[in-house]
Amino acid sequence: MAIHPPEERIWWNERIERGELVWIGIAFLWGLVMFSMMVYWHIEGKQNLSNEAYRIDPAVFEKRTEEFTEKFTVREDETGYPIAKPPAGGDVYMLARLWEWWPMLELEKGQTYRLHLSSLDWQHGFSLQPTNINLQVHPGIEHVITLTPTETGSFGIVCNEFCGLGHHQMVGRIYVVEAGKSQ
Amino acid sequence: MSIASAETGIIGGIAAKFRTCPATGLKIDLAAEKLIKANAVAAVVFLAIGGLFGLLVALTRWPAVHLLPSEMFYLVLTAHGLDVLLLWIIFFEIAVLYFASAVLLSCRLATPRIAWAAFWLMIIGGLMTNVAVLQGESSVMFTSYVPMKAAPHFYLGLILFAVGALVAVMVFFGTLVVARDERTYEGSVPLVTFGAITAAIIAVFTIASGAIILIPTFLWSVGYISHIDTVMYKLVWWGMGHSSQQINVAAHVAVWYAIIAITIGAKPLSEKVSRTAFFLYILFLQLACAHHLLVEPGLSAEWRVFNTSYALYLAVLGSMIHGMTVPGAIEAAQRKNGFNNGIFEWLRKAPWSNPAFAGMFLSLVMFGFLGGISGVVLGTEQINLILHNTIYVPGHFHATVVAGTTLAFMAITYLLLPLIFQRQVIWPTLAKWQPYLFGIGVAGISLFMMGAGTLGVSRRHWDITFSDAQVTFDYPATAFLMMGLNGIFAIVASLGGILYVLITVGTVFFGKKVDASNIVESLGPMPQKQVSGAVHEYGGAGTWHLPGTYILVTVFFLSFVLYYFVNWKYLSEIWPLS
Repeated sequence: MAIHPPEERIWWNERIERGELVWIGIAFLWGLVMFSMMVYWHIEGKQNLSNEAYRIDPAVFEKRTEEFTEKFTVREDETGYPIAKPPAGGDVYMLARLWEWWPMLELEKGQTYRLHLSSLDWQHGFSLQPTNINLQVHPGIEHVITLTPTETGSFGIVCNEFCGLGHHQMVGRIYVVEAGKSQ
Repeated sequence: MSIASAETGIIGGIAAKFRTCPATGLKIDLAAEKLIKANAVAAVVFLAIGGLFGLLVALTRWPAVHLLPSEMFYLVLTAHGLDVLLLWIIFFEIAVLYFASAVLLSCRLATPRIAWAAFWLMIIGGLMTNVAVLQGESSVMFTSYVPMKAAPHFYLGLILFAVGALVAVMVFFGTLVVARDERTYEGSVPLVTFGAITAAIIAVFTIASGAIILIPTFLWSVGYISHIDTVMYKLVWWGMGHSSQQINVAAHVAVWYAIIAITIGAKPLSEKVSRTAFFLYILFLQLACAHHLLVEPGLSAEWRVFNTSYALYLAVLGSMIHGMTVPGAIEAAQRKNGFNNGIFEWLRKAPWSNPAFAGMFLSLVMFGFLGGISGVVLGTEQINLILHNTIYVPGHFHATVVAGTTLAFMAITYLLLPLIFQRQVIWPTLAKWQPYLFGIGVAGISLFMMGAGTLGVSRRHWDITFSDAQVTFDYPATAFLMMGLNGIFAIVASLGGILYVLITVGTVFFGKKVDASNIVESLGPMPQKQVSGAVHEYGGAGTWHLPGTYILVTVFFLSFVLYYFVNWKYLSEIWPLS
């Protein structure tokens, strides 16, 4: 029994039954398949995490985001947030801080943008809903993500990394419109 | 010089008092027995406290109930993680380590006094961190990601607890050396002890990681260090945080083997295979801290892919092996017990009314189907994009740590009570139902949290209606339904948990004394061996035939493959990003 020493002293020489061997073989091969899927998706898949990231002083990131917002703001949301609409295919900035995502963005469907994300204070979680894309946002690191909205509408950015008492109030927004149009 | 009798052994001038277990004939060191009791009792106390906190969390996340105010919610959520994930489980694991060494090897425990020092260090550390959290200045969640800062005694308490646990692990290793020196067993250690050694080796790595990150963080919290890198913190912290879950896996798999050995006389199908599976844990589980860094900036894709898969899923391979050898050992034993008709008589006529067996089997099934499969999916590099930090994550780990580890530990409690506490379980009828009640509750919370997480609901979030937020977002109605069902099943699980605590505490204080006359009945219902001679018909030397197990693992494998690719399909539907 498993609570007693092995019956055969030289247990490492005992023969393994075929059923057990077959299962080990299947499990091992399945592991290889799952490993290959991740590699395959980096080659053929369209949803991969960007490896582009830079160390950055939060103050510098704040300044860049402010400049970006000033330059491209087209209107205000009903909540008073500026909505920046960058040219299609361009660089887009969004910062996270206690407890907001700033600014709001208006993007065009089918266009590809370089989204620069960073935090000014603590860690935050960028959870784009309902499309359900989730990224971790760190202070001092600028993460550049290339993304292409494929549907129009209003999308929420829920903070899903606990960031203190106002965590549940931290919601941002991205509007996606048809190419060549605006809301 | 060594003189050993049934009562005392004096070796090298060290005296130890033993009693002989009437059920197993093992010699039990009384000092070890006291320590097992102390650690198990501390574990149950923290389970009771932490479980209550968990119920409050679930009731707050039930949108229609929304019990606690936000500040209190985050405080209670921090305390919940601390008390159940850390204190309940590690205290119980120390009890398991002492049991698997001193008791199973019929050996005296090395240095009981140091073991007591370890126990008190763990108690002091655990209380200190609890105090820090309850004072309200350390609602930083169990993970305490920098640069969010807790009170210094939050970290100090964790450090003291970890040092205590490390000392206890060393006492375990010392006991193995003593057993070998004093030749208290023949050949190799039992498989259960081997599993415990696996857990202990991983524990050393885990606690070392904890020290590497918590000591500087403590110094940072008191102002001696100015900066802790946020990504580095997560990497090393999860070297502790995730690896400690692998201690749990190794420990509860060892517990599964122990329970089936005691309740139905199951033998490992192959010592070599089961031990190799444990060994794979030692080699590869530590890479899993990458699971928590799959959507972080600044780590390369190669690093993520290699580490998140435990090299080539070699630790998953270990678990899949146990997933076959444990039910296989049950089937083989039951067929030898005479339940040899058809494909599933062995399973139908298993001792389902014995809470130790029932809890163990539910733990096995739920750990595999719910916890194991969801864990691999969650830890797939790209799929993590649609699941990271959603409530899918707690859904997954409630299936592993609660349905898997906690339920396995509850199950073996029903054997430890008569064997170690020498008390007969009070309320056997309620005890019979306890694992089912708890198991159904936990299955529900795991499934519904995973469901809500798939719909994007955030974990660690006070209010998914965003009632006091300036900007809002509407989650789908199904997500609200799932969170409500989660609350209902949390109540069911809590009833099972309360029942467990009442039965355990009641038995320790009021249970009938167990001795040679009633020890066997005290272990709970056992399969009645069939006398039809099936023993001779089935299972000649080294041969067995396990059709039931093959069907079970086939169902498991097909579910795994299907669910895995369904999630790739979900992923392929989100916005392209690179």
